[in-house]
Amino acid sequence: MKMPKIHFGYLTLFVALLFAPFIVYPVLMMKVMCFALFACAFNLLLGYTGLLSFGHAVFLGTGAYVTGHVLKEWGWPTELGLLAGTLSASVLGLVIGALAIRRQGIYFAMVTLALAQMVYFLFVQAPFTGGEDGLQGIPRGTLLGVVDLADDQSLYYFVLAICVGAFWLIHRTIHSPFGQILKAVRENEARVVSLGFDVAKYKLVAFVLSATLAGLAGATKVLVFKFATLTDAHWHTSGEVVLMTLLGGMGTAFGPVVGAGVIISLQSELADKVGSLVTVIMGGIFVVCVLAFRRGIVGEASALYQRITGR
Amino acid sequence: MTEIFGIPIQALMGQLVLGLVNGSFYAMLSLGLAVIFGMLNIINFAHGAMYMAGAFFAWMGLTYWGIGYWWALILVPLAVGVVGIVIERTMLRWLYQLDHLYGLLLTFGLALMIEGVFRYYYGASGLPYSIPEELTGAINLGFMFLPKYRAWVVVVSLVVCLATWFVIEKTKLGAYLRAATENPRLTQAFGVNVPLMVMLTYGFGVALAGLGGVLAAPAYAVSPLMGSNLIIVVFAVVVIGGMGSIMGSILTGLSLGVVEGLTKVFYAEASNTVVFVVMVIVLMIRPAGLFGKEK
Repeated sequence: MKMPKIHFGYLTLFVALLFAPFIVYPVLMMKVMCFALFACAFNLLLGYTGLLSFGHAVFLGTGAYVTGHVLKEWGWPTELGLLAGTLSASVLGLVIGALAIRRQGIYFAMVTLALAQMVYFLFVQAPFTGGEDGLQGIPRGTLLGVVDLADDQSLYYFVLAICVGAFWLIHRTIHSPFGQILKAVRENEARVVSLGFDVAKYKLVAFVLSATLAGLAGATKVLVFKFATLTDAHWHTSGEVVLMTLLGGMGTAFGPVVGAGVIISLQSELADKVGSLVTVIMGGIFVVCVLAFRRGIVGEASALYQRITGR
Repeated sequence: MTEIFGIPIQALMGQLVLGLVNGSFYAMLSLGLAVIFGMLNIINFAHGAMYMAGAFFAWMGLTYWGIGYWWALILVPLAVGVVGIVIERTMLRWLYQLDHLYGLLLTFGLALMIEGVFRYYYGASGLPYSIPEELTGAINLGFMFLPKYRAWVVVVSLVVCLATWFVIEKTKLGAYLRAATENPRLTQAFGVNVPLMVMLTYGFGVALAGLGGVLAAPAYAVSPLMGSNLIIVVFAVVVIGGMGSIMGSILTGLSLGVVEGLTKVFYAEASNTVVFVVMVIVLMIRPAGLFGKEK
């Protein structure tokens, strides 16, 4: 009888998010939501399939660049731009995923990192990314030709709708038979193979789905900030999404959202106070999480809750 | 005979030597990664940071205390090794029973911290470290000028790599080490102090990276970013070679350096992606890596 309680939690959060832009700066909220989506997409792989992709930023970057390019240079409508960015990330996810799943465990992480670095170098050299300058001044456009997204408030609700939709998709995936098999792969891959499942196929679908949603996060982020830069695709960003997921709680539905919220607000709080020491603090959080806090905030909280209620 | 395939032989040989220099660093770092992975079951993401720290220790020694290159060559690897041992004792040893990915994540965090600290104090731009007097200049080989320092780097790293190979494959200590890699509990039951060996292995592995850093300091600018740029390429090298064999790591590292150097001559745009392209090809043809065995 746990389900109603969780749904109640979701509902509260949703209502809070509806009113949030009246209290908090909407652009910051939108940034948190984009990264929360990114981290949830990543968690689908790490938390539910047990695959550590160390190059996920490249999908965020691809979504951002492609969306930015078609909106700015080709003047596509916003919805099509988002779709183009998202699908490009899926295609790239298919290619990288097909290569990476040929190796298991720790090699998988190294392969994804190396392939992401390769794509990053391509982004540095390719003309359409604008190199070091990135793409600037990308128009937000209008939603269905009616709602003007240049207004932060309207964009906020659009981004909220995208994130809620994507979160719902992830939720449904996790609780589907497909999601059950992913969890089984995480727990014991050999056994799933022996039960007759084509594990490679399941891993690849999970990878593509995760890449797609990461691309959607990148595409949405472009609308929010109106620029796309190399930072989006850099391995530092890949590390950040790992940190968000780890801090919030791997394999919990809600952990990555919490992690993204904490990390993004920490960064925006600290950026002008300690400068480049932010990296050191992020590294420190990594170390503390791994050594003492492996279940993450949500994981520890629910363990505590269970201990108190005696279940 | 001054051209091959329309490329001046001078330029070709020059890039070949530069490729060998890069390959020496790949070889030393991937060797360290392989040794550490064998004993600790941890992929040491902090390896690049240790290499960077090695270069910085050499620079700091010279700038603050007047410790020259030759002393740095001995003292810096020791210092980096001690740092490694402290890390192993205080953090890594709690992770041996856990999934491999935690080791990667912890060392990633350490890499961020080390890199961030140096970046905070020294900025992101490079600091110069001059080549020691004895190694400046070049040797005329008739068909090309070979800068002495580049030759020195290749020779030193070859000697160090081969010595490591010899110790691990041919000595009694190496036999203990291989036994402990294969089956730590059984080896411990025979009276070998496995935890001590694990600790020293990590110290030795990162000391190799530190030595690489000292060698790299005069060859490249000393910069906080030098390690992370390198470690990703070294990961690709490790995926290509597989971590099963010591000699495999050395050969893969050197040859990929050469491949990279040659790419610079024939198609310069691809020179920083060629190692990854090779990795893709190897993954398609021989997923376990050239020297690896699928577990």
